Amino acid sequence: MSRIPVSAMIGLILTAAFFLTAIFANVIAPYGLNQTVGDVWETPFWSAEPSQYLLGTDNIGRDLLSRMIYGCQITIFLATAATIVSFATGSILGFTAAVLGGWVDQVMSRIVDLFMSLPSLILALVILSVMQVTLPVLVIVIGLLDSTRVYRLSRAVAVDIVVMDYVEAARLRGEGTRWIVLREILPNALSPLVAELGLRFIFAVLFISTLSFLGLGVQPPLADWGGMVKENKEGLVYGISAALVPAIAIAALAISVNLVADWILNRTTSLKGGRGA
Amino acid sequence: MPDILLDVRNLKIGATVYPPGEAPQDIEIVHGVSFTLEKGKVLGLIGESGAGKSTIGLSSMAYGRGGVRITGGEVFVNGRDILRMRAAGLRALRGHEVTYVAQSAAAAFNPAKKIMDQVIETTLMHGLASRAEAEKRAVTLFKKLGLPNPETFGNRYPHQVSGGQLQRAMTAMALCPEPDLVVFDEPTTALDVTTQIDVLAAIKEAIHATGVAALYITHDLAVVAQVSDDIMVLRHGKTVEYGTVSQIIETPKEEYTQALVSVHAILHEEKKPAGEPLLKVENVTARYKGTKFDVLKNVSVELYPGQTLAVVGESGSGKSTLARAITGLLPPSKGRISFAGRELSAELKDRKREDLRELQMIYQMADVAMNPRHTVGTIIGRPLEFYFGLKGEAKRKRVQELLDEIEMGKGFIDRYPAELSGGQKQRVCIARALAAKPKLIICDEVTSALDPLVAAGILRLLLELQRIEGVAYLFITHDLATVKSIADSIAVMYQGAVQRYGGKTDVLTPPFDDYTDLLLSSVPEMKLGWLEHVLAHRRMESAGN
Repeated sequence: MSRIPVSAMIGLILTAAFFLTAIFANVIAPYGLNQTVGDVWETPFWSAEPSQYLLGTDNIGRDLLSRMIYGCQITIFLATAATIVSFATGSILGFTAAVLGGWVDQVMSRIVDLFMSLPSLILALVILSVMQVTLPVLVIVIGLLDSTRVYRLSRAVAVDIVVMDYVEAARLRGEGTRWIVLREILPNALSPLVAELGLRFIFAVLFISTLSFLGLGVQPPLADWGGMVKENKEGLVYGISAALVPAIAIAALAISVNLVADWILNRTTSLKGGRGA
Repeated sequence: MPDILLDVRNLKIGATVYPPGEAPQDIEIVHGVSFTLEKGKVLGLIGESGAGKSTIGLSSMAYGRGGVRITGGEVFVNGRDILRMRAAGLRALRGHEVTYVAQSAAAAFNPAKKIMDQVIETTLMHGLASRAEAEKRAVTLFKKLGLPNPETFGNRYPHQVSGGQLQRAMTAMALCPEPDLVVFDEPTTALDVTTQIDVLAAIKEAIHATGVAALYITHDLAVVAQVSDDIMVLRHGKTVEYGTVSQIIETPKEEYTQALVSVHAILHEEKKPAGEPLLKVENVTARYKGTKFDVLKNVSVELYPGQTLAVVGESGSGKSTLARAITGLLPPSKGRISFAGRELSAELKDRKREDLRELQMIYQMADVAMNPRHTVGTIIGRPLEFYFGLKGEAKRKRVQELLDEIEMGKGFIDRYPAELSGGQKQRVCIARALAAKPKLIICDEVTSALDPLVAAGILRLLLELQRIEGVAYLFITHDLATVKSIADSIAVMYQGAVQRYGGKTDVLTPPFDDYTDLLLSSVPEMKLGWLEHVLAHRRMESAGN
């Protein structure tokens, strides 16, 4: 790669910063997640009379910066785990449907159509309202709902690859479905899937934040960014900006990952080099 | 000289390549080619793919296709240097003084418009004739080109006529504006041999009748010898040899031209059937799922160990379907196939691993027959691992042995298919088939996508491997010259049935049935006057009419 466009560079740097923050949250955060350090809604550094806390404090007097850092960790961890789940199930099922074809493909595709016809947020709310919301449950619910999109894409890509002579050659050799999916199709379908990975990650972030904002996502004492918007939203009425900080963080993460994903997508779909070799 | 129509001097053509992961580079693809063409003469441009022949042909219209740029030299048409012309001048030139006939007529015609409207379009655009006059011209051309019902032919849509007819309609389109020069870019390459001969004859007749000059671009020397006055042999964007047809065909000076002329001269003695047949196809009938039409009708052939059975026919004759029936991809509805003394299950999934191993396949398009994300080592090594359980160093050593056997040597084992030439790719596919130690290899048009010299090399390799390994080939092809040089027995297929079957000498010795006669006589021979001779002596009309 000789040149990275400026937008992708900005995206890369910001994304890296977010992920580093998530990994080293325990080291960076000045206070504990649930440590009450001051008064309710102390002022941040940009107000006329800044308090000693950089981003101020939240609705019960906890340091907002520390909570933002821990929230980053939880948000990114959840989104990453959900993306992995959605990709593992979506792509393997999609490839299998394309390879086996016939009624297997029909049944799986129609089930996926069924799920896609329901708004995923409402579906998630229904499922989560009857289950005990723990982190693994969240990851699996979000991951599986998102995997329908990945299934569609990977099936479409794989259907084009399945008709190639090299797949026929593998079949004539007597190879099983496992080899055909993992060794013949997967390496050739990787580029479009990697680009999709970025987009799905962002959707997972937004999804988790939305659920938490509605109170069905991450449960206290843990906190993610969506939950923090919820906790501090009352303050907006009194001109207190604490709810905006996590909102901006969500937007910044989404945009920066998007910039990277866009760039990868451009590279892999470009006709001049990139995908071929 | 007053009657020089096209004068190309020291033409240089460049392009920009985009190697993945590197900065774009400018390269030169044609290095200073010069030639002249007189009025009413035909110059054949011949060379392998990548020789620059199409690029040179298009430069006579000052056109560079797909990012190609003319970087140097001069091209004079009727005394004017067209490379210095502005867009308006070029517009007047293209489609009026110089016209173009593309390789694939099916892709070049607009399927939504009637043939007549497309044939006269340029003539009307240039204001060369009124609509009635242009249509009259077109009908005359249809007649000259031997199209059926010339008065009403133009009312049809492109999908309503055959490929050969469409190619002739495109020739009419090019001739309709009464140009001085027509560029024919591989006009018969995509056609079956029996259709090719008619189109070739029609083009030749039309060129003579209208007195137009032509550049005839092809990779088949035997074809170009029938229509041209002069021939220019190109290789890697340089002129190899430039002379009259009789000089090039009869007394070629350069080594490369000599190789091209004698490309079909592989000698192969017919082996007589011996012992038990290895493959026995008995009364096989097959159709594709959801259709009501038998693609194979009662086909019976036999193949003996260590021998080659060539299955010959035009596209649509069912020869590839026969291969699919034998490999189990298309289970036959009737009939039985036995292999090495045991009956083969009709369905692929019911076959034993031993059956799969002993019956290997090589494909026409080596590009798509290999996974582009696997290295040569993985591609050849997988059957070794899969059938024989070879691993690690032992596998790598055996892969290298196989590479040596296909004359590729060291340094290829870690390369990806994209880093190989067309001939090398096909060799790797052969090695992959050999790795399974098969008794039978099905070769489906394995040389048709290759340049003649590369194809000849592959055929020699296959024969040599047969001698060493004793493997039998079922060789599917439409190219009779290949058949002559490789087969022991031949099955001629026509519309799903075996038309003629037997030892090579028997099949190729008269008396012929009508179809075999047509097929055999349609293969271009490297002789002057061959075309006229054949047309005067044939008994059956080809399907293209």
